[in-house]
Amino acid sequence: MSSIDDALSGREVVWGTDNLFKSYTVARGDVEAAFAGAPIVVEGEYETGSQEQLYIEPNGMLAIADLQNGVTVWGSMQCPYYVHRALAGLFNLPAEKIRVVQMETGGGFGGKEEYPSIIAGHAALLAWKSGRPVKIVYSRAEDMVATTKRHPSRTKHRTAVTRDGRLLAMDVDFVIDGGAYCTLSPVVLSRGTIHAAGPYRCDHVRIRGRAVATNVPPHGAFRGFGAPQSIFALERHMDRVAAAVGLGPDEFRRRNFVHAGDTLAVGQVIREPVSMNTLLDRALALAGYHDKRRRFVEENGTRAIKKGIGFSTFMHGAGFTGSGEDHLASVVAVEATREGVVRVLAASTEIGQGTNTIFSQIAAEALGIDPDDVEVVQPDTSEVPNSGPTVVHHALVDAGVLPSVHSRAEFRAACRRYVDSYGTLRATSRYQPPPGVRWDDQTYQGDAYGTYAWAAYVAEVSVDTTTYEIRVDDFVAVQEVGKVINPTLAMGQIEGGVAQGVGWALYEDVVWREGRMANAQMTNYIMPTSMDLPEIRVHFEEVPYPYGPAGAKGIGELPMDGPAPAIFNAVEHATGISATRLPLTPERLMELMCASPAV
Amino acid sequence: MARHVLRVNGKDHEVDAEPGDSLLSLLRDDLGLTGSKFGCGEGFCGACTVLIDGQLTRSCVTRVGAVAGKAIATVESLAAGDRLHPVQQAFLDAEAFQCGYCTSGMVMATVALLKNTPNPTEQDIARVMDRNVCRCGTYPRIVDAIKRAAQQMRTTTTAVGGQR
Ligand code: FES
Ligand code: FES
Repeated sequence: MSSIDDALSGREVVWGTDNLFKSYTVARGDVEAAFAGAPIVVEGEYETGSQEQLYIEPNGMLAIADLQNGVTVWGSMQCPYYVHRALAGLFNLPAEKIRVVQMETGGGFGGKEEYPSIIAGHAALLAWKSGRPVKIVYSRAEDMVATTKRHPSRTKHRTAVTRDGRLLAMDVDFVIDGGAYCTLSPVVLSRGTIHAAGPYRCDHVRIRGRAVATNVPPHGAFRGFGAPQSIFALERHMDRVAAAVGLGPDEFRRRNFVHAGDTLAVGQVIREPVSMNTLLDRALALAGYHDKRRRFVEENGTRAIKKGIGFSTFMHGAGFTGSGEDHLASVVAVEATREGVVRVLAASTEIGQGTNTIFSQIAAEALGIDPDDVEVVQPDTSEVPNSGPTVVHHALVDAGVLPSVHSRAEFRAACRRYVDSYGTLRATSRYQPPPGVRWDDQTYQGDAYGTYAWAAYVAEVSVDTTTYEIRVDDFVAVQEVGKVINPTLAMGQIEGGVAQGVGWALYEDVVWREGRMANAQMTNYIMPTSMDLPEIRVHFEEVPYPYGPAGAKGIGELPMDGPAPAIFNAVEHATGISATRLPLTPERLMELMCASPAV
Repeated sequence: MARHVLRVNGKDHEVDAEPGDSLLSLLRDDLGLTGSKFGCGEGFCGACTVLIDGQLTRSCVTRVGAVAGKAIATVESLAAGDRLHPVQQAFLDAEAFQCGYCTSGMVMATVALLKNTPNPTEQDIARVMDRNVCRCGTYPRIVDAIKRAAQQMRTTTTAVGGQR
């Protein structure tokens, strides 16, 4: 069993009674009644493939373990406390006998959330048994074959609209392939399900989300956490609905965007100001959308290389889903030394997203000191409190709570006086959700996230109708992410996320053969190099978020959501081919174009 | 096992290795030079890039037996004490990294490029960049760093030339 269809057919049952790891239903209004009276109904089915994180540093772990001293591991990871918990269970040892140290980690993107627990377990068991230190470093092929990847997905949409293009009802069936073990599938499914109806106002919505079991290696966390999958389907579908009612993709969306005071599918009322119209206007203007939309059609004619432009509009929930943040009970400690150096102790890890810089900046600003006087302690479970995993730049959302003090000199003097008279100066603080937030795990209704980031992305493409290659020629990414704490890091996160989004849309194709990855090499699993990427033009609209650290909402995952549907919409504009399955490799595009009488 | 003499960063090292062992594992495990990184082991990603007799080389697919007596330079050879090489400084100034794992390979590739081509065109830079991957997608700033480094090195060379 290696596909969603296999699992749903129930011909063979490999998990429970129905091959379902988890299912959720979001229900709002009366969907069937709304469909019954609807003048226009549009259906569509969309599929996305697996994706390998392909951090350039493979997984690696070093362990020492014996009865006397317990277990210590050093390695590449995103969540030291996940590894800690796994090892405590594996060895049946008390928590203080297990020590996990995160070393400088060469990228993760979600791929080093779960899997490091496994390799740490292997290394530690071997060390325990042999009485010697054990180091395991995966080769690239081992890493690609064994570790978790992005969940493949299939989404069915049925949408009812009025003749003037207002959404009446949305019925969404979202399924992800969890692979052989459950792992993080419920959490990935949850985010994908909640994002499946997007930033649109609709009174009658039903979203059914399911994670199925198959015989491929378990899928897991990857930047975006299920949202890119359901947003790809939605934003492709929205273009088709727009066409069905005879409106431009932008005008159709404008008639349906949520505004402050509106209610999302999960029953969450948007309390803050949000202007999707402003974001879309800005993105379309920067991209020269309207002019190109017209001009490309005139110019393409019989040319072999056809140009097109398309966009997507979307939102991304900040922090953990629903009650996740309460459950994870993030604690951050801050300690001041006698010399006036502030040490931040948090288990949130630096994996290239700039956590350490951001922590230093937030702490320095709150304390009125120089960022150089802040030291972010290397995550080591014997030293730092469990501040919840770094997943989702949650790192940002939980670390902003530091006492506010005065100038640098005064601060230093105060530290010295305090430490001399009383000893250690240390404060801990626990993450507090914004006031009034409630979430019901049973009905899947409530405030799914404290807040959302909002975005509009535009892609311009060239399609070579001889070689069937698609090139992204220009990319505009406009987003509202609260306050931007460090513009360089923020731009880098967006550019990097867009690059991975382009890869997912066009190149990155995990080929499965009998449940095993057949192309586990960098030479035949193709990811974009700088030659494959256009200039990525990043713009932020800043609306500070009162409950985020220093007004921020977190941005690392957002940029993964928008590129794929924008690119597909642009390809349709260029060629008339309405592709529904990614990646859109030249081989697939050729099949579609050869089968299409229109081209 | 055979004894090989390797000239790494200007010093001779005697090492025991099979001729077929990869230069990268020897650099990292025997000589403790961990600046060169293992990314793919198949000559594709560029994280392991070193210079051999001034030529850009992937150390992961280079066999020890093939480099005896040649001048091997790793990223560790660039800085003079605390003073960074202009290419390293340019990467810092441009903030051209996220996780940093591809960086030493990118830096070495830039050093090699600028040695032969002090005035690189966009095309020259693109060619280098196409052979080194950065999964964090820091490409725009790496390109920026290469341009800064080129400019910096041209000005210093002119200044030195003027003094003579
Ligand atoms: S590790 Fe040598 S090229 Fe990738
Ligand atoms: S900075 Fe992470 S791979 Fe380049």
